[in-house]
Amino acid sequence: MSDEANWVAHPEWQCGKCNVALVVRQVNVEYLGNAFPANLLKCPQCGNVFIPEELALGKMVEVEKSLEDK
Amino acid sequence: MCQAACPIHVDARGIAREMAKGDSAAALALLRKTLPFPGIISRICDSPCQRACKRNEIGDTIAINALERACVNYGGEPTDKPRVLPKKSKRVAIVGGGISGLTVAYDLGRKGYGVVIFEASDKLGGNLWQISRDELPAEIIRADIANVTNLGVEVRYNSLVNRLGLNGSSPKLAALRNEFDAIYLAFGAHTDDSFEVERDANGKIKVDPVTFATSMDGVFAGGGVLWSVDLRSSIQSISEGRRAGISLDRYLQRVSLTASRVNEGAYTTRLFTNTQGIASSSMIEMDDPVDGYERDEAIAEAQRCIQCECMECVKDCEYLRAYERYPRKYIREIYNNLAIVKGTRYANQFINSCSLCGQCAAVCPEHLDMGEVNQNARREMVKQNRMPVSAHDFALRDMEFSNSDKFAIARHQPGTTTSEYIFFPGCQLAASSPANVERVYADLRARLNANVGLMLGCCGAPAEWAGRDDLFQASLAQWNEQHAALGKPKVVLACSSCYRTFKKYLPDVEIISLWNLFEAWQLPNVQPNARTIAIHDSCSTRHESQMQDSVRNIVNRLGYKIEELALSRDKTACCSYGGVMWLANRDLAEKVVQRRIAESEFAYVTYCAMCRDFFAARGKPTRHLLDLIYGDDNWTTQRGPDFSQRHENRARLKRKMLKEIWSEPLDDPAEYESIQLKISDAMRERLDHRLILVEDIQRVIAHAEKTGRKFLNRDTGHWLASLKPNAVTYWVEYSAQGEAFEIHNAYSHRMYVEEQPQ
Repeated sequence: MSDEANWVAHPEWQCGKCNVALVVRQVNVEYLGNAFPANLLKCPQCGNVFIPEELALGKMVEVEKSLEDK
Repeated sequence: MCQAACPIHVDARGIAREMAKGDSAAALALLRKTLPFPGIISRICDSPCQRACKRNEIGDTIAINALERACVNYGGEPTDKPRVLPKKSKRVAIVGGGISGLTVAYDLGRKGYGVVIFEASDKLGGNLWQISRDELPAEIIRADIANVTNLGVEVRYNSLVNRLGLNGSSPKLAALRNEFDAIYLAFGAHTDDSFEVERDANGKIKVDPVTFATSMDGVFAGGGVLWSVDLRSSIQSISEGRRAGISLDRYLQRVSLTASRVNEGAYTTRLFTNTQGIASSSMIEMDDPVDGYERDEAIAEAQRCIQCECMECVKDCEYLRAYERYPRKYIREIYNNLAIVKGTRYANQFINSCSLCGQCAAVCPEHLDMGEVNQNARREMVKQNRMPVSAHDFALRDMEFSNSDKFAIARHQPGTTTSEYIFFPGCQLAASSPANVERVYADLRARLNANVGLMLGCCGAPAEWAGRDDLFQASLAQWNEQHAALGKPKVVLACSSCYRTFKKYLPDVEIISLWNLFEAWQLPNVQPNARTIAIHDSCSTRHESQMQDSVRNIVNRLGYKIEELALSRDKTACCSYGGVMWLANRDLAEKVVQRRIAESEFAYVTYCAMCRDFFAARGKPTRHLLDLIYGDDNWTTQRGPDFSQRHENRARLKRKMLKEIWSEPLDDPAEYESIQLKISDAMRERLDHRLILVEDIQRVIAHAEKTGRKFLNRDTGHWLASLKPNAVTYWVEYSAQGEAFEIHNAYSHRMYVEEQPQ
């Protein structure tokens, strides 16, 4: 997943609740019973996971579509 | 036409297609696919194909036999190299080495059976040798017969069965039956009553007309041996040999001789081909009739072929055209798609892209309805739990909204406890023009001179379209319950999809089209100098000619002149809302609606709110019939409301009517609804395209502000928060602007991100 680097290249965003910088962590994403690990930004304190627009409208839609047709 | 008329179904149309391109090798390959003896047949065939050729109606038949000969002359190698299956242990005896017996030898030899031909004379070919050598040269016969002998078929010459042959041996059929696993009798027109099989009154061997089985187990017969008159039809002999060969193979494999044997031999096709507008033409003459067509002549003749095909439905339907095939192939793909256990279902989107509008059935000479096929396929996909959830989700949630407390009501006319009628405007008219719903309800109460109640909600059509029988039945049941509680009054319908749904699924409910009522009423808003317009019939009125007439009468009486669209009434096209096409395949839906609005230069009048809004959104001057009835003759294009406004309009209509007409106290709005938003026009358009509603955004912000769960952009000071109120997770980037929130961006995804608190 070559786009992966972009999904975590968002230093401008921090956790608005905990006021700390986000860190890259492996997070499980799931669709229709299929789970995948992905490296995403999240708050090290409250755990809130950051999904950037390009991930939601790019790779996620692509994977959703292919899983729906499986 | 030609292919069906051919007893062995040579693809003459395909041959003409390849030859017209000058590819005689490809044409010959097509010929060889069905025909074992192209050299012989291309010279002596009695060509039943040419009698069936559609060109006869517009000039001369295509010279198919001469084109076949050109294939052989210019297509390359005279002998073929067929693929042969591994040798089998079972052996077949063929009595008679004429063209029918040779066909069986060829077909079974290729399947790997041990084949022995018992030939009474000293050469194979039978009657072929009685044809003049000018017409059929000996080397042509020998070359084609080599296609059989090259397969390793054994030939016993001068071998008579049941009679004394020249070599002195004469096996009895019974003895042959012991030596071989099956037998094919093909000794031509010779009458020989010494065989121990049943015969008819003329002494001809009796066979089953489909399987060519004789009365003796494992013994089959075909070709001239069966014919009471000498047909001298080589192609018929080959056909009977081929069909007997299928039986022999099945007999030897011990499977059913009779299962699925349709359209073997010549048959009459139901294929419709429109020859309108095709110029008449004569057959290309041969410079040298003895040698047949020159290459150029053959190409010119092949180009006369009109390539018969029935594409009537594909011509008129953008959807059927978009996937570049035709119904027979589509249906096979749908069937395969439903049968896939593991792997990608490539036809999912195809199945979900149909508007289910029924136009194909209306234009099809055979009334094939792809909509019905797709509708059933969708039900099956839902049943198999294989329906892509994103395909219809938004429309189903819209329906859920309409049937929720946000919109649905059922009331008697204020001050009354019974209803003779109720008005059910449907979901999208209320979403699109709530003011017209109020006007109609006031008119009905004033003009019907009876108690008129009101029901708001959705008829459930989106669930039907999505193949969700569970949701559809639940929706009908909810509607029925409310209707029964009002005493089952007559139902006045403004929406043609509702009309279709109720007529089909609630036959006990008495329904009246609003247009039938208006047709009989005074129309106060007649336009003195009204323009000419075209009427777009909703696809769900396809078979409601009376409703279509009412609409036209009303439009005429309002002063407008009507120009009919080429595709109107029972041939009308869908606006792309039908079948949830607009959601399942948005690119295709765009093409569908663009094509429809380009059909006429005149402004359109619709009597369905979705059709109006879809057309108007693309800049087509369009009014709903109710707009005209209530005097709105403003044809400047006005976009309909966006998806958020469609929700708001319904919710607001309910509250307004309850307050103003029934004086009922209103429920308190939900907390999130008080969140005020500032959304630019460009952002509204983005939200609409991304199917994100204002209420979704209000929920996200309400949740974020309450919990503090949000991200902060250090550069811009914007907040970013998410919430998953249903199957979708919504993300909103916003900033506080005094009391309100300005929306900077919003997006969504369906994948679920696991929460992992630290």
